[in-house]
Amino acid sequence: MGETTADGSRDDDHDGPDIDLPSDAFDAVLDAVDGLDPDERLHFEGFSVAGESDDGGYVLDPTGDSDDSRTGLSERDLHAALAERAPRVTDWYLFERVVGEFGPRRAFLRWIEDADGATVASRYAALAAGIERDWGQLKITATVTDRGERRYDVRHADDADTPADELDAYEDPLDARDLVTFDGNGRYRPLKTAPSLAGGWVFPELGPRAVYELVETVYPATIVNWHREREGELDVTHWRETMARQSGIYGVVKTWDRGEGYEHVNWVAEACCDDSQCLKRREWEYDDETELDVDGGSGVFPCREPCSVVVSAARKWTRLESEQPRTYQFELTPSEKAQVEAIIDAVADGRIDDIREADTKEGANRYRARFLRAKLFDDEGNLGGVPTEPESEDAE
Amino acid sequence: MQSLVIVAHGSHLNPGSSAPTYDHADTIRATGAFDEVKTGFWKEEPHFREVLRTVEGDEVYVVPLFVSEGYFTEQVIPRELRLDGWDVSEWNSDGLSADQATLVAEDIDSEVHYCGPVGTHRAMTDVIVRRAESVTGDPDVGEGFGLAVVGHGTERNENSAKAVEYHADRIRDRDRFDEVEALYMDEDPEVDDLPEFFESEDVVLVPLFIADGYHTQEDIPEDVGLCEDHALGYDVPTDVDGTRIWYAGAVGTEPLMADVILERAADAGADLGAALDDVRETTRVATGD
Repeated sequence: MGETTADGSRDDDHDGPDIDLPSDAFDAVLDAVDGLDPDERLHFEGFSVAGESDDGGYVLDPTGDSDDSRTGLSERDLHAALAERAPRVTDWYLFERVVGEFGPRRAFLRWIEDADGATVASRYAALAAGIERDWGQLKITATVTDRGERRYDVRHADDADTPADELDAYEDPLDARDLVTFDGNGRYRPLKTAPSLAGGWVFPELGPRAVYELVETVYPATIVNWHREREGELDVTHWRETMARQSGIYGVVKTWDRGEGYEHVNWVAEACCDDSQCLKRREWEYDDETELDVDGGSGVFPCREPCSVVVSAARKWTRLESEQPRTYQFELTPSEKAQVEAIIDAVADGRIDDIREADTKEGANRYRARFLRAKLFDDEGNLGGVPTEPESEDAE
Repeated sequence: MQSLVIVAHGSHLNPGSSAPTYDHADTIRATGAFDEVKTGFWKEEPHFREVLRTVEGDEVYVVPLFVSEGYFTEQVIPRELRLDGWDVSEWNSDGLSADQATLVAEDIDSEVHYCGPVGTHRAMTDVIVRRAESVTGDPDVGEGFGLAVVGHGTERNENSAKAVEYHADRIRDRDRFDEVEALYMDEDPEVDDLPEFFESEDVVLVPLFIADGYHTQEDIPEDVGLCEDHALGYDVPTDVDGTRIWYAGAVGTEPLMADVILERAADAGADLGAALDDVRETTRVATGD
């Protein structure tokens, strides 16, 4: 794989795949040159093109100080010259004409193939082999056709090695709305960035605009926020500000901050925002001066404020945490205490379905849990026979 | 570039809550009237807070898929969209007449047209009638039938009942159905006593709700007596105390809802070409012959 030389010679283009120059790309070049001011040039990697004011011909210049300029080219000559440089012309056409100006889409598609770092030749060579990128649980593989067009294969990362014909194939990015609604167990996914995306499907041949739309359908607003972050413009709204904004049934959450620290928000973040629960990288903190003590995660796209799932859960915790602790007295064997802990761990880690029916070594095994209930609960379901609300019993 | 943003409630618990929003967005997308059609939610993603930054266009129309003016359309949506300088007086509404307000959305630092909710638009009356046609399978339903328009009621928001009455009055004025009544879940006249309010043997019951969920799938069917337990289902129609009740489910799932969304955008200045006619035609109830 060669570097582009200073004179932009055609040989470098031939290190990668053979690319034909499609007429739509050539026509776009002619249109662009027609629209140039007299002193302007249309820039490609390693060379530029302009119209000649006097005779309607074209000039093609290598970039830099070289005097190896080609002047007086007819349209046919220009076509031949651009066809020899088809990778760099089709690359220009893709990003300047097909992808469109919308910043997040353009930045995302350039990021996929490192278009702001690698040369066209090295990128086309890499695209010929397939460039893979991860976005949450998505695996995106970019390739190039013999006309210099990009094609993107998108599937669940777990299906990376599955032959495409063993997966359900889709074309319309909006079809992904149905693919993201339920997890592998058929349960509703209220949070799109939860790491519970089901696999078994593939979008094998998306174009550049469609791959953007697909990713934004699977993980809404993640590209736009990633883009803002790259531009240094991510607007983070921290916990306190977010909760202060809430109204209606969520207004109560602001009463949870009582100037007694932010430990409760650490617990919320550990419960809801860990990488095991959400693939966004948490960038919000308690407030703009107080960072939380728990890790924000390592996701490629940022989380800029507590989401609606966190706000809803916080409302519940605000009520629960307003209760005063009490002392309950009942006895557990050491193994029973450890079993209660094992059950909480299994639920918190979502491992219930993994615990085998007859694996009674596991504290969260169903038979073990049923035995504990049979032994320790009274007829009213009270652990250790101790009422949850002792005074209500006194009142009777 | 002209963009439509449909904003709706969504749900953390009910996977079907967003379905009507997506369906109507698809219908409108197919007309080609907008360069892009986006959806945003309170409980799903993209959230109201982030939906505008996903929009590419410079003429942006935001239409709330809500049944009445109130807490969401007046407080939550403008706040979360960050509409600079929003005040409910921008709409100068009596509770039914909100049309649109043009304000700068701070999130994208450009103007958006914030429209009134679909539920109070006059075109919504046609959707209720269309819903009655759909559930009976009769494009001419009316003679010999009563129609009950059912709303949540005033427990949280007096405008909720205003919208129900508004459409019931308009349908009654058309003399198409033998009887038209506005009924409520949590105030008189209550939907629980539906047979008492109608003399007609057949009554179509259309809930003025956007999406099917707890209220339309569990509460109302059980309260009306269509079934003892919603989990066991019910027939359409079902005989309750001598009245055959044709239960339509949430009116918001009716395909013609896309028309009301378009009407809201058109009222705010959107250039729709032939989209309104297209949608009215493509969502029609088949005559069956």
